[in-house]
Amino acid sequence: MSGIQLPEPDTGVLDRRDALVAGLQRVSPNVVTDPIGLEVFEADALTAYRNVPLAVVLPTSTEEVSRVLRFCHENDLNVLPRGAGTSLSGGALPMKDTVVVGISKMNQVLDINLDDRVARVQTGITNLGISNAVSELGFFYAPDPSSQLACTLAGNIAMNSGGAHCLKYGVTTNNILGMTVVMMDGEIVEFGGDFLDPHGYDFLGLMTGSEGQFGIVTEATVRILPKAEGERPMLMGFNSAEDAGGCVAAIIGAGIVPVALEYMDRPAIKICEDFAGAGYPLDVEALLIVEVEGSEEEIADLFGRIREIAKDFNPTEMREAQSAEEAAAIWRGRKSAFGAMGRISDYMCMDGVIPLSTLPKALSEVSRICQHYGLGVANIFHAGDGNLHPLIMFNANDPDEKDRAERCGGDILEACVELGGCLTGEHGVGIEKRDLMTTQYNRTDLEQQIRVKTVFDPDWRLNRGKVFPLDMQPGNGSPHA
Amino acid sequence: MAAPMLDGFMPGSEDELAAFIAHSAEAQTPVEVCGNGTKRAIGRPVQTAGKIGTGNLTGVTLYEPSELVIAARAGTPLSEVEALLDEHNQMLAFEPADMTPLTGKSDVAEPPTIGSVFATNTSGSRRVLRGAARDHLLGVRAVNGRGETIKWGGRVMKNVTGVDLARGLSGSWGTLAVMTEVTMKVLPKPEDTRTLMLFGLPDEAAIALCCAAMGTPYEVSAAIHIPASMAARLSNQELGGLGRAITALRLENFPESTQARAEKLEQQIGTFGEVYTIGNEPSLEFWRDVRELRFLTGSQFPLWRITTAPSRAVGMVNAIRAQLDCQAAYDWSGGLVWLELAPSRDADATDLRRIIADFEAHATLIRAPLAMRSAVEVFHPLPAANMTLSQKLKAAFDPAGILNPGRMYPEV
Repeated sequence: MSGIQLPEPDTGVLDRRDALVAGLQRVSPNVVTDPIGLEVFEADALTAYRNVPLAVVLPTSTEEVSRVLRFCHENDLNVLPRGAGTSLSGGALPMKDTVVVGISKMNQVLDINLDDRVARVQTGITNLGISNAVSELGFFYAPDPSSQLACTLAGNIAMNSGGAHCLKYGVTTNNILGMTVVMMDGEIVEFGGDFLDPHGYDFLGLMTGSEGQFGIVTEATVRILPKAEGERPMLMGFNSAEDAGGCVAAIIGAGIVPVALEYMDRPAIKICEDFAGAGYPLDVEALLIVEVEGSEEEIADLFGRIREIAKDFNPTEMREAQSAEEAAAIWRGRKSAFGAMGRISDYMCMDGVIPLSTLPKALSEVSRICQHYGLGVANIFHAGDGNLHPLIMFNANDPDEKDRAERCGGDILEACVELGGCLTGEHGVGIEKRDLMTTQYNRTDLEQQIRVKTVFDPDWRLNRGKVFPLDMQPGNGSPHA
Repeated sequence: MAAPMLDGFMPGSEDELAAFIAHSAEAQTPVEVCGNGTKRAIGRPVQTAGKIGTGNLTGVTLYEPSELVIAARAGTPLSEVEALLDEHNQMLAFEPADMTPLTGKSDVAEPPTIGSVFATNTSGSRRVLRGAARDHLLGVRAVNGRGETIKWGGRVMKNVTGVDLARGLSGSWGTLAVMTEVTMKVLPKPEDTRTLMLFGLPDEAAIALCCAAMGTPYEVSAAIHIPASMAARLSNQELGGLGRAITALRLENFPESTQARAEKLEQQIGTFGEVYTIGNEPSLEFWRDVRELRFLTGSQFPLWRITTAPSRAVGMVNAIRAQLDCQAAYDWSGGLVWLELAPSRDADATDLRRIIADFEAHATLIRAPLAMRSAVEVFHPLPAANMTLSQKLKAAFDPAGILNPGRMYPEV
């Protein structure tokens, strides 16, 4: 793919590469210099776009990050903050003139306080690493993106990540109480702490979801929550999207907020079942996975209520997990969806959000758009919050198909906005949706966002070329920097 | 109904508001920004030539109960939003505290607006489990200090498209922009509420109990400790008349769940003392009192709202008590301390802040005479770097500095 324009690299910087790397080595012992080492950082999970960066630094302390950024600031170098590089939107794609500052070596748990229900960690820790650190104590960290085994908290904060459980527990921004941030000029700033609701402007909220454009978050204090007594999923099959969507609305309307509520369409069911052997029904148009929490008695009570509600929507199958093994099987199918899809085709995973009431229309639009481009699609999404994940199938070796897939994805996201939704629920804008931003926001809206970005990074050195349309970014005619 | 308050400008539409602010910016005329003015007695007083009230920007614009979302114009009374939600057995889960009994309702022409709830990020006891007001804000429309209408977010539950301006405006007390419409996540109202109460516990034991309860899997949705002197102000005369401190833990869910959870929780906390469990109706009455801050009313003494970590709360209060005449109630499992001080010339601001500095706490002066609020720092002072960023953020929204100048800090 090559449809997305990237900023031109600064040739003056490229010409000074050796001197700049030597300068970085004076402030950090953790500079990656060999060409193969640099190639590791040339892309994130949007692998169609690649640039070998100017240099890579992997600091081990906040002070070292500060020294590195100060050096970059003084030498007019662009910087890309990077966690694990699992971004699906090109948010962690470097430019050729960029210094990548990877946070992955800073992965320690610094403190756990059960009375206050907080953990202080270095942000290079993986999402699952936080839960693992407190699991024996009966606690967990709630936001659970699908990539939680690999993705870092730093990346989660950058993208305000969510996951299947965010319907009940909220996304990253709801679970961060404090952070240590290194600003582009090297200054170290603290926002919040280990308590609720710090005073002053909500810098925690502004930092979270800023896609690495405001500063580098090196440490954070996160909420940890006591684990439920138990949790179990049930699985329901329906003959139409209307019935499945109606059932979701009725469950919520009855006062039940499941801890997770996932939807798969017929192609997705087949792909996942073929891969995982989860026992999914193959003769249905839609499948719901509904997970509830509590004691065994509470789970039984909630399952009973959900069964009664579902009867009005003609379910063809309702199956409650009776054991940990059955529960694991139900989730194994859903959680292996991306891998299962990768087995049969290259695919692009989109990330639009729609109001739930528009679900049937949204799915039919996705289908129409994909047919228009001659491409297959499978749909998986978080039904509780309307976060669609159409997986558009294409042949990566066919330039024409790649181009069609990219345009198809753009059309789908525009359709989400037209239905009252938004461009991205959890993957972020990155480069992928940068040029679609004007479909959701007008120029005035974006100019206000750009002014806020400029507060944190006046010279636009951090993660340049992302999020905002290029023609609104400095150096491209924008008056806002 | 047209709101009669404020001898200032009451726009009937977002366009009118935008034109007024654009004109004010051009003329560099500072304006005070209010909803219906119910929180004017909190925070730093503002001296401006003009005033804006959003009390005429009213009406629920969207409500989809099955999607857990509601939108309303900023001047819509909070009570109107909550009444509508109540019809569908839903609620604002962050349980916005009602400050009006604190500041005296006699000056209030109209009830609190939904916009003011988010402008001040006002949350109640359930904040400890379900999050703050800002955590429930899905979208916002506002007019910035340039007179431009801006929007962020929308009506969907998940949205990471661009810079999160909704969080930026939450808790900014009208100093960055004037909210005109807010879209919120709502949650089902619990069918049943039970409250476990213990009486007469000293502060240390009470907060240890609250923390222990919050660490169980039973989803305790509020944990509060009220000293006997403040408990006497509650409407429930039986509770108030006990003359003992009250420590209360709330459980909310379907009746089958609350009953089972109450029994299990009681077993776990029984070592702290005798546990009394009250049912749905008396529980609702008690927590309504708490939400209206009844335990803090009936006094004109300076009142501070202090946030810190629960594990430091009692030590902090003891340190204050060693030097100042005070009484304290603890909400949010100890994370929120309401501190009432004996009268003094400056609400003991300097001494208080010096003492709490050792406990990494933030203090806001909530109740004090106007002259005192003009003279002392009402909001917690910020470190230099944070203040510099705050000034830049203010300029990014309101370059002429006309919106509520000095409402939070003299510098913004």
